[in-house]
Amino acid sequence: MAATAERALGRATSRSGERVLGVSAFIALGVSAVLSLVVAPPDAVQGEVQRLMYVHVPAAWLAYLSFFVVFVSSIAYLRTRRTRWDRLAEASAEIGVLFTALAIALGMLWGKPVWGTWWTWDPRLTTTAVLLLIYIGYLSIRRISDNPARRARWAAVVGIVGFIDVPIVHLSVVWWRSIHQGSTVFRLGGPDIEGTMLLALLVGVAAFTVTYAYLLTLRLRVGRLEERAIREALAPTVETPA
Amino acid sequence: MTLVRHTAVIARKDLAIEIRGRHALGTLLPFAATLLVAFGFAFGPGREILARVAPGLLWMAVLFSAVIASRRAYQSETEDGALEGLLLAPIDKAAIFLGKATAVTAELLALVIAVLGLVIVLFEMPVGSPVPLVAAFVLGSVGLAVVGSLFGVVAESARTREAIFPMLVLPLVTPVLIAGVRATDLAAAGRTDDALAWLGLLAAFDIVFVSVGILVFGSLMED
Repeated sequence: MAATAERALGRATSRSGERVLGVSAFIALGVSAVLSLVVAPPDAVQGEVQRLMYVHVPAAWLAYLSFFVVFVSSIAYLRTRRTRWDRLAEASAEIGVLFTALAIALGMLWGKPVWGTWWTWDPRLTTTAVLLLIYIGYLSIRRISDNPARRARWAAVVGIVGFIDVPIVHLSVVWWRSIHQGSTVFRLGGPDIEGTMLLALLVGVAAFTVTYAYLLTLRLRVGRLEERAIREALAPTVETPA
Repeated sequence: MTLVRHTAVIARKDLAIEIRGRHALGTLLPFAATLLVAFGFAFGPGREILARVAPGLLWMAVLFSAVIASRRAYQSETEDGALEGLLLAPIDKAAIFLGKATAVTAELLALVIAVLGLVIVLFEMPVGSPVPLVAAFVLGSVGLAVVGSLFGVVAESARTREAIFPMLVLPLVTPVLIAGVRATDLAAAGRTDDALAWLGLLAAFDIVFVSVGILVFGSLMED
């Protein structure tokens, strides 16, 4: 299974795969912008500011998706010891930190007019903030060691432990307090949301996911180039087998 | 069974170093006391406020001490190639992790006794029901020591970047801090039944991190 996943990853990260993903991300984000700004009606209660949801929810989804990818590739790295899994974890963690910060910032912009405050110690907010801190820690671990194999192993352990910690953190803050808007899409009896709004939200999530894949391929290529540059700097005359 | 025996050997070794070096007593206790007095200046001198924030301050002191104690547990290994010796020893790496965690837990509990006394005297924290209070500190100290001992080996190699270790550990132990403070608060007020849920959370955290630690610690310690 790992071999199939590696082959699929190889195809997606080829230059043509990268171009296809880039174009699709561009189109998808355009469609999502039109749907969420023009087609979807303004919210009956919250008004225009509710449109922030169409970028906030996809950004939050990417945060969790990318850290899940970090978790899976960290396990894959520890099992196979292949550098590509480590590069994938690193790329995904960087994108994840970016989108976690974005989700929090967008949530604050929305929270000020709707809740009347930039920040509240609500469970989902607090969990996401802790998530951001854990993965900033993950990225700084990657800067400690100059031994690449050791760095990869340490990072993989933090990637695994950090992800396992998230549900426990969430449970503890849920018990602690709660005022966040309840789930609207995933719940019994179908989503409680107007049709075009739901469409705009789903397209937004899909568009962000494609963008994530595109950014991932870009970051993976940078990772490969970095590695090649180091290899060539270290052994300028020796031919290294691929 | 050998795992338990090896764990005990490592823990005994670490505790012997601590007892002879008086690090926990000589450094951690004054540190925690200074911290508590500083908290007193920061939030005092109103008695009511101090009594209300006492459980939180207590846990902050334990948390910071746990960071220092776990770093210390690996510092002694860097001298005279001790770490290489430990790695070459014919024992499971999990025993090193569990042994260190046991020793750090013991140090933290010794510290908690002193710090608890200070908080009761300085901040007039009531002690409603002592049993859940003790349970919260035992379970919480295990949780802090386990996470600290897992990543302490990383801290030792990051001596030029001191902030990384606490930056990594503090977010991870968020559940211990929240559950520990809540349980202490409820136990202080004598609400044993309400404290039980938080004690359960602490126990769950300990079980999860001991198991994960046993599985992944070997990967941290390969060289």
